Amino acid sequence: MENRGISFGYGFLSQESSFDVQFSLIEYDGSHSYFRAYLVGLLNTILVSAIGIIFATIIGVVVGIARLSNNYLIKRSAAVYVEFFRNIPLLLQIFFWYFAALRALPLPEDAEPILGVFFLTIKGFFIPAFIWNNLDVFLYSIIAAIITIFFVKNYARKKQENDGTQTPVLLISIALLVVFPLISFLVGGVSLKIGLPEIKQLSQTSYTFEGGIGLPPELIALALALSLYTATFIAECVRAGVQGVGKGQKEAAASIGLTPNQVLKLVIMPQALRIIIPPTTNQYLNLTKNSSLAAAIAYPDLVLIFAGTALMQTGRAIEIVSITMLTYLTLSISISIFMNWYNKKIAIKEK
Amino acid sequence: MNNLNFLTPDKKNLYTYLYLGLFLISFSILDVFLNSFFKINLIFFLPSFLSFILPLTIGFIGLHLIRIEYSGVKSLDILNKNINTNNFNAILSLIIIFVVIKSLPPLLSWFVIDANFSGDSKDACTGSGACWAYIKTWFNRFMYGMYPNAEQWRINLSFISLAFLGSVGFFASEKFKKYLTLYYVVIYPIIAFLFIFFFISGGPVFFDFSYGIIAAVISVIVGFFIPNKFKMYYFIIVPITIYILLKYVFFYEELIELGKLEALEWVETGAWGGLSLTFIVSFFCLIFCFPIGLFLSLGRRSDLPLIKYISIGFIEFWRGVPLITVLFMSSVMFPMFLPEDMFIDKLVRVIIAISLFEAAYVAEVIRGGLQALPRGQYDAAKSLGMGYWKMHILVILPQALKLVIPGIANTFLALVKDTPLIFVVGLLEIVGMLNLAKTNPDWLGFAMEGYVFASIVFFIICYAMSKYSYNLEQKYKTER
Repeated sequence: MENRGISFGYGFLSQESSFDVQFSLIEYDGSHSYFRAYLVGLLNTILVSAIGIIFATIIGVVVGIARLSNNYLIKRSAAVYVEFFRNIPLLLQIFFWYFAALRALPLPEDAEPILGVFFLTIKGFFIPAFIWNNLDVFLYSIIAAIITIFFVKNYARKKQENDGTQTPVLLISIALLVVFPLISFLVGGVSLKIGLPEIKQLSQTSYTFEGGIGLPPELIALALALSLYTATFIAECVRAGVQGVGKGQKEAAASIGLTPNQVLKLVIMPQALRIIIPPTTNQYLNLTKNSSLAAAIAYPDLVLIFAGTALMQTGRAIEIVSITMLTYLTLSISISIFMNWYNKKIAIKEK
Repeated sequence: MNNLNFLTPDKKNLYTYLYLGLFLISFSILDVFLNSFFKINLIFFLPSFLSFILPLTIGFIGLHLIRIEYSGVKSLDILNKNINTNNFNAILSLIIIFVVIKSLPPLLSWFVIDANFSGDSKDACTGSGACWAYIKTWFNRFMYGMYPNAEQWRINLSFISLAFLGSVGFFASEKFKKYLTLYYVVIYPIIAFLFIFFFISGGPVFFDFSYGIIAAVISVIVGFFIPNKFKMYYFIIVPITIYILLKYVFFYEELIELGKLEALEWVETGAWGGLSLTFIVSFFCLIFCFPIGLFLSLGRRSDLPLIKYISIGFIEFWRGVPLITVLFMSSVMFPMFLPEDMFIDKLVRVIIAISLFEAAYVAEVIRGGLQALPRGQYDAAKSLGMGYWKMHILVILPQALKLVIPGIANTFLALVKDTPLIFVVGLLEIVGMLNLAKTNPDWLGFAMEGYVFASIVFFIICYAMSKYSYNLEQKYKTER
């Protein structure tokens, strides 16, 4: 290495980066350091992974349950969806959404509002922005609500263990989550303004939206492809989990007089979750790692900004590739340590 | 005539309910059908926002009327059981039927009716549908990449021969069945490698190719006369020895010089591409990643701490990083550690990187199978006096691998689906070629057709693989 004139060191991280990023969650421009660029990339990776995980879970659970439906049409549609999206490479799906599907969207000036406030255009998805006053009080109220729910849950469990009566925890939780923030609005001086996206002319032919939050098309394509692709795997996990609970369990629960809802909630789900959660976490990890495909459509994630642009500018291949790999490694190892702990906790205690 | 209670249909007035219900259902379906196929609105006199709600309501009432348990009409009972168990299911069934009917016409018109099939330039595509002429014009490139047109018979011939040699297992008689594992694990990969390296790549070393074939053929023929005891060693050592003898002792350089004159034209790996590259990369990664993964999984369960922790570290490292950074590493970081005059072809680097990456996943899958075996199997094998390798080869692995067929198949599928990522190092397989074709100024604006085409190709490959693995799983399933 030395005779090629390559030096080694991490000092470059504090140097001025002098490149721009189109989309960042924290303030960033060319005068910031490479380390800041790294943070921008990391946050963007986490953002798209979080969006993907949320939607993949929702779609996956719905499709997984639909695959177990006794309605033939629903079962078939779910199976077709799973087989189709699972057997096409993720990269191809990302390209499809980005280069083919999203390019067919209207220009900003022709865009029709969806529900009056959302604009889906070729330049991205524009949603209203929330402009908060005293945001911290609002957050405290939500935290307080969550803590109270925790206590209510504990109380309900104890009560059930003592005399067998059930408390409608879900209803109480929803009520608490509504009431606490409401109090913060009335008493805590929290106020909320909604900034609607409005069209603005940049030049003769170029328009854009202002005032709202603009999600770039790269983010939408990536999140869409990631969640549709990963959802198929999560659906299979859910199906395997529910099928993995013995039929005898269901029948035994029904025979002691539980209603179908109670059977699902108290007998099937706790056992099914034990089977569902480990492979599903694996899928979450896969999704996070797959989000690095963002580099292919120029979504500014960790790989594109850091292992791409920063590497080209500084030429410090070893340092940058090692930092990038270490980041992903830390992310996945910490999640798998947590999962192992969780797995041990919920595993059936055998003698 | 009994009283008709439309809220609770019963068996007494079965046919009244049945005819009324079927009429309503057919009316609702007919309405949606005419609306979407012929733009005729049966209920034109009503406001337009009812165009989807109204058929839904009518169909729902119809389904409600025919929901009669144990009616005695067999097809009605099957229908009720499958799509019409309760109100919620009825609505969902109707919505699915309507959505399918509604989405058929646009899909049909895009794929077939308004599509252009002939022509060889962009101007030929005048219809509003897909431009399949684009796929037709670029088909060669999507299949072979930048491989010279005149030389493409080499790829075809190689693939056909390899497919033929690979299917030998299906035709082998009972007598030869026991050699199949050896054939597929050792000989077939070597032949495949020789084909790819000397035939598709070409160049002055082409004569080596024939040495390889001769070596393989001679060793297989002689192999039948070797006692079983030495067969394992024989097939590992002898073909390579014959090859080396042929190359360096019998036919030395003058003859190779002679061979150069008629050698095949050399095609550098950068020009390889398209679907054939997808096959080449997946094939080799598949061959390499399995044994590496097998050894890693055994290493992870080893009693020797050094081997155990090295295996764990290796597996967790590769599983923790995304493939794209691994490829980055192989393309920018790896060459720095090599001696200055040494150069490794990027296709080889990519194959090594992907193989190591997938091997970690294979290792975890096989470990699952090893863990699932009861301790008694190990104890029984040991009590028969078997050593570590004998125990694993004869007792443990056959059972463990049988258990993990679905998992391994999933890993292989993931591997095939990961091959498009090699665009990172500048190798263009089918998806890469699509992106190249998309930016061609003569053919702008046909991204959709290209991606649909590639999706269908990948779907066929992956679906066939998953069905095949399912069959394997069923075939080797044993009662436990």
